[in-house]
Amino acid sequence: MKLQKGTSLALYSVLEFAANPGRQLSAAEIAEKYGASTHHLAKVLRELGRAGLVESARGVGGGYRFSGNARRLTLMDVIDLFEDISTRTGESDEFDASSEVGRAIAAVMEEVDEIAKATFRSITVDTMLKLIERQRRSANEAQAAIK
Amino acid sequence: MGQGRGSGVSKAQAQNAEAPELRIRPAEAADLGQVIAIDAGVTGIEKTDYWYELFHRYGGGRTRQRLFLVAESGDVIQGFIIGEIRDWEFGSAPCGWVFGLSVRADARLAGVGTRMLEAICDGFRHGGVNKVRTLLARDNSLVLSFFRSQGMMAAQFIPLEMDLDRL
Repeated sequence: MKLQKGTSLALYSVLEFAANPGRQLSAAEIAEKYGASTHHLAKVLRELGRAGLVESARGVGGGYRFSGNARRLTLMDVIDLFEDISTRTGESDEFDASSEVGRAIAAVMEEVDEIAKATFRSITVDTMLKLIERQRRSANEAQAAIK
Repeated sequence: MGQGRGSGVSKAQAQNAEAPELRIRPAEAADLGQVIAIDAGVTGIEKTDYWYELFHRYGGGRTRQRLFLVAESGDVIQGFIIGEIRDWEFGSAPCGWVFGLSVRADARLAGVGTRMLEAICDGFRHGGVNKVRTLLARDNSLVLSFFRSQGMMAAQFIPLEMDLDRL
């Protein structure tokens, strides 16, 4: 399963904002960090704003801050705002359903997609932040062990 | 498994200040009535014989390999967790398995599941293993989310099944 660019940017953005709940971040900062155009990111942030996941902050510098509930919001909730993968199945026109081989491959792809969707539904933003923290700690420990 | 999440701030959180301290301990025969009721509340099926049989095998802190724990607050059982250490199953080094976890509906979002999981993991460590696994239905997002929030990730195993009437 491959996510569209806008969806990936939305996930990056939500996690950046949720990791720094009190801090305002601008579209330009996130765009630069993830190699995206500010224009594209601004569109993504507007959509996240409409969904109530970020709010624009007024004042010096402006920017956005997280306004969702990190313990409730799942990756699938964010993905759903940008593309509909919940109904996507291996029986899409990607494979020729009129052939036995096409149907068999589609069945396997459907299995893969179902696992991916269950994974997205079960991981909250808060869980992702914990995962990021664990990875950071492991990397630091590995660095310390090298020194 | 029935560790669920309600909406908004839980009643349990709101009542935390006056709630008696939560204690995690091995299940006793006298707890079974409440355990059965919690399970029936989640699954909709009252499996009395099953629970007595399970208690016979796992209850009362009988072995280091098998753990059946309850979370008790005052004289109320708020939840239970069951697991065991399985040796060399499907070529895996011995590891802990959690195969039952449930929290009373009005006690959720107050850390009961977390405390029980910590306790059973301590038991597994005491039994000499350093990994814990569980298995859940793919559409059980709530309980999957709970285990994910505790740091669990996809395992190196893939569960498979087939309908026997196809053979």
